[in-house]
Amino acid sequence: MLTLTSPVETWAHRLPAGAKLAALALATTGLFLLASPWALAGAALATVALYLTGGGRFARTGARHLWPLWPFVAVVGLWHLWTADLSGGAAILLRMVTAVALANFVTMTTRLSEMLAVFEHLARPLSPLLPPRRLALAFALVIRFIPVMLDRMAQIEASWRARAPRRPRWRVLVPAVLAALDDADRVAEALRARGGAD
Amino acid sequence: MERNLTHIALFAALIAVLGLIPKIDLAAGVPITAQSLGIMLCGTVLGARRGALAVLLFLALVAAGLPLLSGGRGGIGVFAGPSVGFLVGFPVAAFVTGWFMERTTLSPMVAATAASVIGGIGVLYVFGIIGMSVMLGKTLGEAAFLSAAFLPGDAVKAVIAGLVTQSLARMRPASLLSRA
Repeated sequence: MLTLTSPVETWAHRLPAGAKLAALALATTGLFLLASPWALAGAALATVALYLTGGGRFARTGARHLWPLWPFVAVVGLWHLWTADLSGGAAILLRMVTAVALANFVTMTTRLSEMLAVFEHLARPLSPLLPPRRLALAFALVIRFIPVMLDRMAQIEASWRARAPRRPRWRVLVPAVLAALDDADRVAEALRARGGAD
Repeated sequence: MERNLTHIALFAALIAVLGLIPKIDLAAGVPITAQSLGIMLCGTVLGARRGALAVLLFLALVAAGLPLLSGGRGGIGVFAGPSVGFLVGFPVAAFVTGWFMERTTLSPMVAATAASVIGGIGVLYVFGIIGMSVMLGKTLGEAAFLSAAFLPGDAVKAVIAGLVTQSLARMRPASLLSRA
């Protein structure tokens, strides 16, 4: 399965994931403390510069990841045009886009395995409740079963189409959920047979 | 114990799959993504605790960088965006849906639909609206107005969650772990 990590190697890929997350937390807190649109515009420009250090292709991918924000930008922009509060609107939009872009930068420069390792490390204090091995196994199971379930969903839809002239609707969800429950039982049995989850 | 773990993991995968499949026509001619339906089903099928844990596991993988949210979104950026309230509300919504499901003796159809409306819409929107109000600098009323666009789709999904849960109860009563 594809992850959001950029295949273009940048200098930031070599930094430890924990350090990047800590820096991101600080930077995001800073963004929410800034109120002036000029200061926020400065932060936005700095973020653009940060992306450009990774090269043109990296920066273009980063820009594409911001695209899902456009409905919010449109709504807030129109709202503030309507209420004639332009500097307030600019501050909100700059803060939102910059915060998302900074977080995306960390995601784009960190491998999935490194990020999961940080999560497992952060979950250490919970280990009496949640043994680290069990958490790692849960992550692995989800990642393994997403493609399996996508295939199964396609099969269920295909067999529906073979039987019915109408398009499959919510009814395909029932066999999909049953299949997930069956898989869960079988995997649990297989895990037990191999000595359990811990 | 292994069964708990695999149920949680498989339902986390189910939430992801429901967000990834090209929009199925859930009801006549209304293409909507089924992700929040997955949240409701976690509650109505798995129950409160397991349902909420399945959602948390799913969110952890999203945060780690898998593009599993509907529309192929993912990474830490989604937690810095305006819909962060809905994401934070997801596990709570699954918990409340499951809690209600576990404690009512209504028929599965009525119980699951009502539980999905209370948890998957009521509770979820409280979180979503607060989040949007903070991130977009709007009053709660204005944020509620902006969120109302999703309401019709989510109402349809609550009914579908009820229908799916009822079918499961009829075909295999033991499969409703929330009622076990």
